[in-house]
Amino acid sequence: MTEKKTPLLDELEKGPWPSFVTEMKRAAEKNPMAADLLLQLERSYKDRKGHWKHGGIVGVRGYGGGVIGRYSDLPEEFPNLAEFHTMRINQPSGWFYNTKALRTICDIWEKYGSGLTNFHGSTGDIIMLGTKTENLQPAFDEFSEAGFDLGGSGSDLRTPSCCVGPARCEYACYDTLDVCHNITNTFQDEIHRPMWPYKFKIKFSGCANDCTASIARSDCSVIGTWRDSIKIDQDAVKEYVAQGLNIQELVCDKCPTRALKFNHETKELTVIAEDCSRCMHCINVMPKAIRPGQEKGATILLGGKSTIVLSAFMSWVIVPFMKLEKENDYAELKEFLNKIWEWWDENGKTRERLGETIYRVGMSKFLRDVGLPAVPQMVFRPRANPYVFWPQEEIEK
Amino acid sequence: MAKIDIGPPHFKDMLPPVIKENYGKWKYHEIPRPGVLKHVSEDGAVLYSVRVGSPRLVSIDFVRELCDIADKYCDGYLRFTSRNNVEFLVGDESKLEPLLAELAERGLPVGGTGPSISNIVHTQGWVHCHTPATDSSGIVKAIMDDLYEYFGSMKLPAKLRIGLACCLNMCGAAHCSDIAIVGVHRTPPRIDHEKVQKGTEIPSLVASCPTGAIRPNPKTKSVVVNEEKCMYCGNCYTMSPGMEILDPKNDGCAILVGGKTSNARTAPSFSRMVIPFLPNNAPRWPEVTEAVRKIVDVWVKNARQGERMGEWIERIGWEKFFSLTGIPFSEKLIDDYIFSRETFRTAATFKF
Repeated sequence: MTEKKTPLLDELEKGPWPSFVTEMKRAAEKNPMAADLLLQLERSYKDRKGHWKHGGIVGVRGYGGGVIGRYSDLPEEFPNLAEFHTMRINQPSGWFYNTKALRTICDIWEKYGSGLTNFHGSTGDIIMLGTKTENLQPAFDEFSEAGFDLGGSGSDLRTPSCCVGPARCEYACYDTLDVCHNITNTFQDEIHRPMWPYKFKIKFSGCANDCTASIARSDCSVIGTWRDSIKIDQDAVKEYVAQGLNIQELVCDKCPTRALKFNHETKELTVIAEDCSRCMHCINVMPKAIRPGQEKGATILLGGKSTIVLSAFMSWVIVPFMKLEKENDYAELKEFLNKIWEWWDENGKTRERLGETIYRVGMSKFLRDVGLPAVPQMVFRPRANPYVFWPQEEIEK
Repeated sequence: MAKIDIGPPHFKDMLPPVIKENYGKWKYHEIPRPGVLKHVSEDGAVLYSVRVGSPRLVSIDFVRELCDIADKYCDGYLRFTSRNNVEFLVGDESKLEPLLAELAERGLPVGGTGPSISNIVHTQGWVHCHTPATDSSGIVKAIMDDLYEYFGSMKLPAKLRIGLACCLNMCGAAHCSDIAIVGVHRTPPRIDHEKVQKGTEIPSLVASCPTGAIRPNPKTKSVVVNEEKCMYCGNCYTMSPGMEILDPKNDGCAILVGGKTSNARTAPSFSRMVIPFLPNNAPRWPEVTEAVRKIVDVWVKNARQGERMGEWIERIGWEKFFSLTGIPFSEKLIDDYIFSRETFRTAATFKF
């Protein structure tokens, strides 16, 4: 189907790493939209700029988001890209699939789309790249029939995502997959019908290794932790010693709080539990010998976002420890989310992320408004200036 | 009408038997060889996960190929990682070697575990984004080709996480990566007054500018830009198609280094800019791949075992980083935006 040449893109079929150009060509053999996409991309490589028009609103019945409108700025040249919209399909927790479900997705996209996809987009959705406006509704109907739903887009709750969690990780301090699934289903209206100042992302990481990068790229980061002491298996410690691991240098000396002591004679490793800040380093190096504690839960942080507009923010500790219990349907977390969304809705300006609103209004006012106690875990260190906005009701008049 | 708001399929239906049976009961893991994780449960059950690099932008036939492999070796189950790798989940140890052999035959790279480079998290770029300052997939392919030896081995000082965002919206949230490549503009928006008049909320457009460079112009029912105040973030273009900022001659990439999101040892940190601009030399961005290679080489040579890029640089000092890499320092690398002060040195201790 692709008679025209793509000399620039062909250069990207060379080399050992799997090539997206090869994938595009594979799709182009069967699908005219993919064939035009290949040619338009070649054109972008020549012109050194993108060839998509600005924005465009499209959707399916009952939803305010989940579909991204996209139109070529060269529709005469690439008529099959005149409409080339993206559908975001909500992934299962942890990005686990059976092949029957995956094949169904492929079959639907063969019928209605370009045959190109991303596994996955940055937020977590399956990204179905390129379809025409008239195909959106029938494609959605079949996805829905197959048990799949749209993800978020625009000023709404974006599709939550989580790490592999207890499905395959011994570090998980709470059931990230279950919480993610539960929260996603509880807040379907918030995901599918934009009604907030701006987007809101939640990511669930089972431990402080933070494999979903929640602290950098979610407005609400839920990071697993524990409140008691790490557990050390001395026999396993001795095994590591026998294998030649330099525990003093690679574990104890790298402990940020110097909470670990290694006895070179007895080959025993001990911890000063109250000094440990649960960073995961020792567990990462010696997973057979050291495990998280037993009283597990999560630290809740707020405000993470990337550069636009005030600068990138990392999430701030707001609730140092919260139990996440299936038995009560994660009631505490849901109540917390509803409370901060209500506050943000009242205080946030258009296109202002939660972190920017809190920063503008002030952390102390935010905490008072939502009724959260100020605790020292929230700050690296207290303020260095004396400019307190004293609530006047605290002043004797 | 189709059912709406049904949410995603339940993950329990997507888990292979060995995971269902050992859910929450994993005891420890090992990395028997690069790209292969071995998890052992409290009951002694064993699960091998074989991690495979993917180009992320894939055809449905590629996905079907993955399904064929998973049907043959993994009881029909697989997963994807947060960095767009594929993981084949093998419960039957006798199938591990045949799976690895078939992956090798199909040219699918196995790796990305432990002290290695994992897949590069990236955005859409010219393939599908409407505001990109650079492409994504092409640069990622060129860098992964160049650093390929570090994907299938575990010989780096620590893990290496690279992220790429094709504009400052940073959909890929690259800003906390060991190496971040970010698409940047260098020229102010060119106003198409007709487009601004037609389809733009002027107050929102004015408010979108972080430096207050955009003012309304009641006479033209459009806006004016104080070009001296513009730092080319492109937020106005996101707000209005009339603020054209794409500029093929002057758009390109910046490189930032030393960020991480893990809390291990040191707090999560932002990547810091070390190269303010490199050109968009499609199709293989030689200046970008060479710069990344140079930074990685110097880190490999100088870092201590277990030191992420940022931990190494913070230990030796940024001034030392510039002298070791030979990357020129300039005033462009000194912050002059709103949170700049904390980056200025307020101690008389530093290295020459």
